[in-house]
This record gives sequence, C-alpha cells and structure tokens, in this order.
Amino acid sequence: MTDRFCSLLFGLAVLAGWEVLVRVIEVPSYLVPGPLDIFQAFVDEPLGLLVSLASTLAVTITALICSASVGVLLGVIMVYSRFARAAIAPWAVVLQVTPIVAIAPLIVVWVGNPFASLVVCATIVAFFPIYSNTLEGLESMSSDLADLFRLYGAGRYTTLMLLRIPSATPYFWNGLRISGGLALVGAVVAEFVAGSGGFASGLAYRILEAGYRLEVPRMFAALILLSLAGIAISAGLGALAKIPMDRRSRR
Amino acid sequence: MLTVDRITRQFSNGTIALHDTSLRLQTGDFVALLGPSGCGKSTLLRLIANLDLPDSGRINWDGGSAPMPGDIGYVFQDPTLMPWASAEMNVFLPLRLRGMAWNTAREAVGTALRQVGLEGFRNALPQQLSGGMRMRVSIARALVTRPRLLLLDEPFAALDEFTRHKLQQELLNLWCSIGCTVIFVTHSIYEAAYLAQRLVLMSPRPGRIAREIPSPLDPRHANRLDPAYALLVAEVTAAMDELGQAG
Repeated sequence: MTDRFCSLLFGLAVLAGWEVLVRVIEVPSYLVPGPLDIFQAFVDEPLGLLVSLASTLAVTITALICSASVGVLLGVIMVYSRFARAAIAPWAVVLQVTPIVAIAPLIVVWVGNPFASLVVCATIVAFFPIYSNTLEGLESMSSDLADLFRLYGAGRYTTLMLLRIPSATPYFWNGLRISGGLALVGAVVAEFVAGSGGFASGLAYRILEAGYRLEVPRMFAALILLSLAGIAISAGLGALAKIPMDRRSRR
Repeated sequence: MLTVDRITRQFSNGTIALHDTSLRLQTGDFVALLGPSGCGKSTLLRLIANLDLPDSGRINWDGGSAPMPGDIGYVFQDPTLMPWASAEMNVFLPLRLRGMAWNTAREAVGTALRQVGLEGFRNALPQQLSGGMRMRVSIARALVTRPRLLLLDEPFAALDEFTRHKLQQELLNLWCSIGCTVIFVTHSIYEAAYLAQRLVLMSPRPGRIAREIPSPLDPRHANRLDPAYALLVAEVTAAMDELGQAG
C-alpha cells in the first residue's frame, strides 16, 4: 500500500514539475504541451478518443483470446506429437522474430476486413509467449507424479486433464500477462499501418491524425489513453489469474 | 508373493544399474533394500512396479497374474503431491484414475487420511502442511487403493530425525494393522535395522544384491534401546564396510 502511494506521489510530482517547467520556459504547446493542456485536449473532444479506445481494446482483447486459443492448442499438440513439434516449432519462432510492421501491410491486403486484419496482426505478435509458456508448463510436471499416473494406469487424456494442464496453469497465466501487453502493441502497430491506408478507427489512427494536424496535446491524450489501457489489461489479467487459483484450492 | 528372477537393467548411457539380481518376496514381508547411491535400489523398485522394463530376467508374480493398477502403492522420496489439490483430492487421485466417482471414494479417502492421522487436514493444500504431514498424505495416497504391495523409495530421507522416527513408528503400526507386503528402500543402516524383517544389502558398479541379513528383531515391537538392535546395526555396518572395501 505504501509502495503504491509512493509511486502515485512520484507520478504527481513529475506531472507538477512538467507543468511548471513548460510554463517557465514557455515552450509552445504544439511542441511540448503541459499536463493541463493535454487534459484540456481530452475534455474538449472526448467522444472520438473514447470510441477509438474502445475499438483498440476490442482488437486487443479479441487478439488475446485468439492467441490464447492458438497458443494452448499448439502447446498441447506439440507435447504429444514429436512430428508436429519438429515441423511447426521453428516456424513459430520465424513468425515471432519477423517484425510485425513488415508483415502488417501484407495482412491488411490479404485479409481485407479491417477489424479481422488488425486482429490477425495482434495475434501474431501476442501468441508466442502464451504458446511457449504453456508448452513449458505442460512439460513441467514432476517425473515422479508422471510415474504415479502410469502406475495407476492413467491414459494420455487423463494425464493431460488431471496433471499436465493443472501443472501448466500458472505458466499459462504468466504467458497471458506478457501477451496482454504484446497484443496491445500489435494492435497499435497494425492500426498505424492500416490507418495510413485510410482506415479510421483505433487510437493509433487518432495519433496519426493529430500528428498531421499538429494537435500535439491530442496526440498526448491518445498516448495516455493507450498506456492506461495497457495498465488496465495487465491488472485485469493479474486479477483473473488469482481467481482460478483460489477456486482450485477447493477441489 | 513375487520372485525377481536374474534381472539385468542397463541404461542407454551404458551404466549397468542392476546386474543379474534375484530376490524372493513372501506375502506380508517387510524388506529393506539398503545400499549407497547408485547401487540400483530405486531401479529395482521401479522394475517391480513395472515403471521400467528389465533388459533380461523376469519378475514372476505368484499365481502368474501381473498386478492390477492399485495393487501396488508407491511412495517417493519427495511427497510428489499435486500442489493445486487439497490433501483429500491428492489421496483421491489413485481411485479417480481408476474411474471412481468422488461420492463412492469419499469413505476410502477418509479412512486413508485417518490411518495417517490427518483427518483434520482434509482440505489443506500441500503448501499449508509441514514436510512430515506431506509425507503422510503421500503414504495415505499409496494406501487408499488397499495395495497388496507397498513400495517406499527413501520416503523419510528428507525429514528431520524426530519426524523420521515418528513416521517410522507409524509405518510399522500401519504395516501391522493392514498386513500388506512392504519393500522399503533406504541408505540408512539404522532405518533398515529398525524397520525390516529382512535387510537386503546392495552394492554399486554394477548394482547388485550382495547379501541378505535376516533381522532377529520383531518389527512389531521395534525398540531402539534393545541391545539386539545395536548388535544388528553393528553387524550390518560391518557387512557394508566389507562390501565397500571389496567394491
């Protein structure tokens, strides 16, 4: 609690210092706006920004759900099929290391539907941590416990459901938390690419638009909304991770 | 109950874990496998449990039939509990794996937990239990299927001495009341001498059974202050020293 108070205090101090500095040096607000200017820019026309925020969040959350599904599915397949693992694993890494900015234009062209293409881009960025963490988790169970399951004649499916998946759950949540941030990054990058092609929706587009018009305070407002969204996603996933842990303690 | 007939097990890295090993086990026996690390104690246990297959030799079960799942209880050195499941659910596991519903299994689970003195901790998670209590849950889990054969692989090695003594006594009490056959792997001469009716001494490189020493003591009345216990410890120590020098 005191830690949180400290960080809050520090944040407020920085904001105050920023405002004072901007006023003392008299920097024009189209170069560096003060916090009050930024807040004013948001209050002046909040609806457009909030709608954009909702759009970006929709892309992020959809992508996160897709990543979780694809990541877990891939993880389970690879645990059980050596062939699939040998065949697919290197390509998952290739997909991971290729910059999304470079692939995004292609995806926008191929997929066509703007929302879907954004989701695909964000999913490509976000799925890897979930996939690799889940895979690690599925293989993390103690070999003694695995022996115990064999001793009592448990099949693959039972072992998966009663041992591998519960062992992997904390790893999965860890991966999901990392992917939450990445999905937002992926969504924003894809919006930049798609937005420059004339598709208006998310916060990234608002930033581009405000940039063209030199509305720097509005750029900042969009930026702050983005980082707030990132914090909210991270905190939300953190809270989500705690619920099933408590549930699981009862049978 | 079973005969281990000239078993050899060589690992893929070339280590001969067990060489030409034979052992005969009577129903109701309490046998200790005693020896230093790497003498094939655990390997022998795993082979008996059918968790590993021998390269040559056979394990013959009396009556010819291989054991069904649940006929063998296994306790590892580590309690190997599922950290996400309560004590009760951990003990339920073997029955669950055999397709039993919770309502049917509830009574057996309760009995097993009572046998190890943990009826008050049914809903506790492993992390909320002490090392000794976790081991008790592990033993209850092995007992819940009412196994004919109980295999214990250095179960008390990681516990403090007081807890170890207590659990040794409880294990003997359980063995007396349940009457199943026990193979107990240990590297402690004191533990083997205190618990077992028969001490099977093993030596490494290659792993093999070197000697068998029957205990003159009755485990039912085990007593650390009995001079006969001290004599047995001395005899086994001398035998192990001899083996160590020969190896």
